[in-house]
Amino acid sequence: MNNLLVTNNVSKSFGSFKALNNLSIEVPKGSVFGLLGPNGAGKTTLIRIINQITIPDSGSILLDGNPLHPNDIKNIGYLPEERGLYKSMKVGEQVMYLAQLKGLSKTEAKERLNYWFDRLGIDGWWNKKIQELSKGMAQKIQFVVTVLHQPKLLIFDEPFSGFDPINANLIKDEILRLKEEGATVIFSTHRMESVEEMCDHIALIDKSNKILDGKLIDIKRAYKSNTFKVGIAPNNPDTIHAILKEKFDAIPICFKSINNEKQYKIKLPESSSINDLVTYLTSIGQLSHFEELIPSVSDIFIETIQNN
Amino acid sequence: MNHLQLIIKREYLNKVRNKSFIIMTFLSPIIMVLIFTLVAYLSQLNNEAVNTINILDESGLFTNYFKDSESVNYTTLENITLNKAKLATETSEVYGLLYIPKTPVLDDLSESITFYSEDSPSTSMMRSIENKIEGRVNVLKLEESGIDAKQIEELRINIDAKIETFEGKKTSKLGAGLKLIFGGIAGYLLFMFIIIYGNMIMRSVIEEKTSRIIEIIISSVKPIKLLLGKIFGTTLAGVTQFAVWIVIMLLLSTAISFIFGIDPSAIQSQQQELFGDASNTQQVITDVFIEINNLPISNLIIMFIFFFIGGYLFYSSLYAAIGAAVDNETDTQQFMLPILMPLILGIYVGFFTVMDNPHGIVSQVFSYIPLTSPVVMLMRIPFGVPLWQQILSLVILFATFMGTVWFASKIYRVGILMYGKKASYREIIKWLKY
Repeated sequence: MNNLLVTNNVSKSFGSFKALNNLSIEVPKGSVFGLLGPNGAGKTTLIRIINQITIPDSGSILLDGNPLHPNDIKNIGYLPEERGLYKSMKVGEQVMYLAQLKGLSKTEAKERLNYWFDRLGIDGWWNKKIQELSKGMAQKIQFVVTVLHQPKLLIFDEPFSGFDPINANLIKDEILRLKEEGATVIFSTHRMESVEEMCDHIALIDKSNKILDGKLIDIKRAYKSNTFKVGIAPNNPDTIHAILKEKFDAIPICFKSINNEKQYKIKLPESSSINDLVTYLTSIGQLSHFEELIPSVSDIFIETIQNN
Repeated sequence: MNHLQLIIKREYLNKVRNKSFIIMTFLSPIIMVLIFTLVAYLSQLNNEAVNTINILDESGLFTNYFKDSESVNYTTLENITLNKAKLATETSEVYGLLYIPKTPVLDDLSESITFYSEDSPSTSMMRSIENKIEGRVNVLKLEESGIDAKQIEELRINIDAKIETFEGKKTSKLGAGLKLIFGGIAGYLLFMFIIIYGNMIMRSVIEEKTSRIIEIIISSVKPIKLLLGKIFGTTLAGVTQFAVWIVIMLLLSTAISFIFGIDPSAIQSQQQELFGDASNTQQVITDVFIEINNLPISNLIIMFIFFFIGGYLFYSSLYAAIGAAVDNETDTQQFMLPILMPLILGIYVGFFTVMDNPHGIVSQVFSYIPLTSPVVMLMRIPFGVPLWQQILSLVILFATFMGTVWFASKIYRVGILMYGKKASYREIIKWLKY
């Protein structure tokens, strides 16, 4: 079994509103899976179904090959977008309580708690009340609560909101480290740069339907348009524009460079290879920049949603 | 530890450690005792004042009839006109003037006796004066018609019918009153407990929503366990508080009556004075003890415990359901009245219908409906209710409690998905269908 989590044709309606429509995704073991989509697409509903907060109208969910069972709560760690903790409880007691609810014994919980508090540098907080902490500090506690019971599946909904860049990096590194240790991560966010950095797989949901999913690399390959960014110091500056225009689909562009060069975006027809282009370009001038334009997740997101 | 225990423990500790809870636990009984002491002290102060009343008896029928009592001294004025007597009374420290004119016919006295004073006298004082005059006039009238008053007194017979069941259990009218008092106390206790701690349960159910921890909790435990844990935890905290209250109140009132020598029963004796003489108090007390002995004590105590717990839990679950349906406390107002109404209805049905006919169809029906059964059944039991009826009523009560918690957990689960949407009755009916 290579997939930790599989959903088969999951549908869910609230009254007349269809929140999810026959949604099927496969989350491979040990991957970071990006769950993307515009606001109101159905991401949170899907996450809640995986957490057994809501029951789907139809469809099935398999965790590690078996249908989802109430006992699976200890196999899942969930950091909801809606953050909160008991305000008047002390940090230590609170985390102990939540860990025990997830099935940890008291001694186990205490041991791991000490480890995590040490790791995140929050040792001194044990007897503080949540209402005395800043938002970012409370977020760290929530992160600990999510991962403390060492679940197979971690679900983070907008994990970086509210963190300063230093703490966001710290959390990002911790998530990646957990992945290295064998956890599978589902990651829902609107920050495309963190998807770019962290995700191996993505699924794009829009208006209750999945419109795209797969390995990030494969998707990028599928979306690339054989377009190249070129910087060239031409032998004959006066005619270069006309020549390129005539031979290729070329548009003059501007990008930062230390060289004195002409800059173009060139789209290569399917028939010719990259080598042909490079050979040709070197024949008409001094090539100083050559880069294939790979679509960013953000580009793919916008393009797919707009076409849908 | 399983989830339910964990939740109960957290709820309990959370409540008990809460600062305002601790303050109220110790402050309330102190305030209560202080108020009682103040009332007792004030009524004692009131009693200590001795009023003097002047009597101007032109009829001459009441000579030496008025005897000084603890709170009133009587002075008889003689050979003086009404106007002068009024003037004399007004200028002196004397409280008032009782004027009994001379009338040709005895019957006219009823209309013509007047009491003059600066401010209106207390009802208890007026009643005692009126009683005295009435008694005297009655004797005089009997004498007038040539009947010997003493003879009449000797001939009077008091009928006191004994009530006995076929099994030979003796009861009396006093017993009926006592039974009612027992039911009333049970109902009142339940009422108080529900009002004080029901709200607490509701607030504790809303807590997860206002602190936004709800999704974490609900992805760890089932809502029904959460709600049950909250109900039991808060109840335990309530019982703790109640126990502390009783202990503190007992200690304080003992201490106060030792230190200041104020007898809290002074209030009671004051009341007795108002309702007539208590010459046979001793007899009544003996009767009361006999009656208490006649009650099915063990049945009562056991059923009191069960019905009290059942009734309390059932109403708590209703409060929990409200908490489950709303997002914040301001939305709860519209639901409060419908909860308290049936409880009040139960107490009224108990007092009027059960007293009238403890085994009539209305009393029977209301002692099965869970909303009213804790009060009505407890009022009926002293009159003798078959055990199977009591148990059936209890089963219905506890089953409804579990049903309500289940219903509440259903609302709770759906309610969280509808963040911000206000819970109206229509909305809730819709949620049940999900």
